[in-house]
Amino acid sequence: MEAFTTHTGRAAPLRRGNVDTDQIIPAHWLKKVTRDGFEDGLFEAWRKDPEFVLNRPERQGATVLVAGPDFGTGSSREHAVWALQNYGFKAVVSSRFADIFRGNSLKNGLLTVVLEQKTVDALWELTERDPEAEVTVDLVAREVRAEGITAAFELDENSRWRLLNGLDDISITLQNEADISAYETTRPSHKPRTQQV
Amino acid sequence: MGRTLAEKVWDDHVVRRAEGEPDLLYIDLHLLHEVTSPQAFDGLRKSGRRVRRLDLTIATEDHNTPTLDIDKPIADPVSRAQLETLRKNCAEFGVRLHPLGDVEQGVVHVVGPQLGLTQPGTTVVCGDSHTSTHGAFGALAFGIGTSQVEHVLATQTLPMARPKTMAITVDGELPEGVTAKDLILAIIAKIGTGGGQGYILEYRGSAIEKLSMEARMTICNMSIEAGARAGMIAPDETTFAYLKGRPHAPEGADWDAAVEYWKTLRTDDDAEFDAEIRIGAAELAPFVTWGTNPGQGAPLSSCVPDPASYEDASERLAAEKALEYMGLEAGQPLRSVKVDTVFVGSCTNGRIEDLRAAAAIMKDRKVADGVRMLIVPGSARVGLQAVSEGLDVVFKEAGAEWRHAGCSMCLGMNPDQLAPGERSASTSNRNFEGRQGKGGRTHLVSPQVAAATAVLGHLAAPADLSDAPTPAAV
Ligand code: SF4
Repeated sequence: MEAFTTHTGRAAPLRRGNVDTDQIIPAHWLKKVTRDGFEDGLFEAWRKDPEFVLNRPERQGATVLVAGPDFGTGSSREHAVWALQNYGFKAVVSSRFADIFRGNSLKNGLLTVVLEQKTVDALWELTERDPEAEVTVDLVAREVRAEGITAAFELDENSRWRLLNGLDDISITLQNEADISAYETTRPSHKPRTQQV
Repeated sequence: MGRTLAEKVWDDHVVRRAEGEPDLLYIDLHLLHEVTSPQAFDGLRKSGRRVRRLDLTIATEDHNTPTLDIDKPIADPVSRAQLETLRKNCAEFGVRLHPLGDVEQGVVHVVGPQLGLTQPGTTVVCGDSHTSTHGAFGALAFGIGTSQVEHVLATQTLPMARPKTMAITVDGELPEGVTAKDLILAIIAKIGTGGGQGYILEYRGSAIEKLSMEARMTICNMSIEAGARAGMIAPDETTFAYLKGRPHAPEGADWDAAVEYWKTLRTDDDAEFDAEIRIGAAELAPFVTWGTNPGQGAPLSSCVPDPASYEDASERLAAEKALEYMGLEAGQPLRSVKVDTVFVGSCTNGRIEDLRAAAAIMKDRKVADGVRMLIVPGSARVGLQAVSEGLDVVFKEAGAEWRHAGCSMCLGMNPDQLAPGERSASTSNRNFEGRQGKGGRTHLVSPQVAAATAVLGHLAAPADLSDAPTPAAV
């Protein structure tokens, strides 16, 4: 997983609350065999509307999604996170996230930032008035900054440490690679092998 | 204090133990199939990682594979894509794969043991809940999710918190015609589908010791249906005899060293389990499910239970809903339930001994009018063995359909499915709503009950056949 320290980019204001995972990525996309290629499934139903925020020319290349409360409710599908990442989002801002979605997002390196609704409102107003406005999500300083806005956010220390260092569970385990190698030297020769390598 | 079998195997695999962290466990054998591996390989690719131990990893195709016309392209594009992805991933990363058409192809939990890869005292994982099957050899074996599949591919380890242990002691002699399947269905009915949650089950006692390896696998397979992630049986002479001479069994001095180690894999007399259950084998009888979870079962000789008889409100509601879905009446004798389909196969009961047991009953008999019977060997190898013994001819002469190996109607990811409202007697492990096809109704049974049911057209035991021979002893 890529490390997340600080990110600056244009935002897409999504003025909707209770965006559930079925809306983020509909069920029929789950038959796919990769973690890639979910970008076209992201908000599939809404994308049919040319006026939907992601379809607006001025939002192309946006990397920060600013959404209404209770983002990511519904099923546990990790595909919802993959779809947002495949589309190009690095961070999602909301006043409240569904637990499972938040856990999945942090596991995959998508930063989910909880801000008070009044700050979310301010970000909506700013980025709607000025589509070119940039938003900085700074995990080192635990701060979101934009023109006229500076807002601190919380994130538990363990998750922050893992994100700052780009550590997924595998990376954390591999920090103990020496232990694994040492263990391997003790395995008896009668243990089965599937092939000679 | 002594240790249990599970604790011994666990302790032997701890790579790292630290305060406040789960143990890091070494994995001896990682089995892969097409459904739960694609995103894991993709994760490796994205992070530029390789498979750490190709020599401890093996893949086969089972869930999506058709059981007819296996030499033709697979019709369903989604199934085809999943299989093609597995082939591509295995080629790219160097994983040994047994694809459709290969002699070692088959349900992943049949393939591991038959190759001799599943051995006592090993840790075995697979992105599949029925990995518990391998515990029959005294292995610690459990199912994992896709992100854990990736973790094992990359590190050959898993961080795990140690589960508690539960002894299920079965003493005495199983009556004639009562099989391992009846026993495990009775155990699940007794402890419930959540009864094993948080535990590694150890099946022990004189009745278990008398069972063949195939029968032990049937029991361990369904541990997950009792909510346990793993089930184990201590290895003994039966285990060693099964393994001896298999392609991946140790040889020469390695064999001797292995057996010496394997013999230490018994729960110590002074070890303590966190929970204990006792069952008398002599009281058991052929068992079938009437509901929509594997815990909703009863002796074949009894009647569909009355939901009102349940004291627990949620159980009562579950029973009501199950009867409605299953189209059954409270009080109806289970023997009166007519079926359309009989399925013999799956990682629960798709091994050679299961096919022999069913064939012994089908010999010189016919599948009842209006019933279709599917015989799906658990692996291509099992299929070949059956053919060499002439079992396929017995089945075909009886009017049953002899198919190629795979998961097939166990979950209907391939074309083998029940139509809405159709009812099956199935030797598989899950009777969930729609498991064998949308709207399909499943009764879980042993291979012997499946065969007798196919002949009579309603749920039945071999003893019900008017010209009943002695049922095949298992
Ligand atoms: S046979 Fe059934 S239970 Fe076994 S692995 Fe296949 S689908 Fe799963």
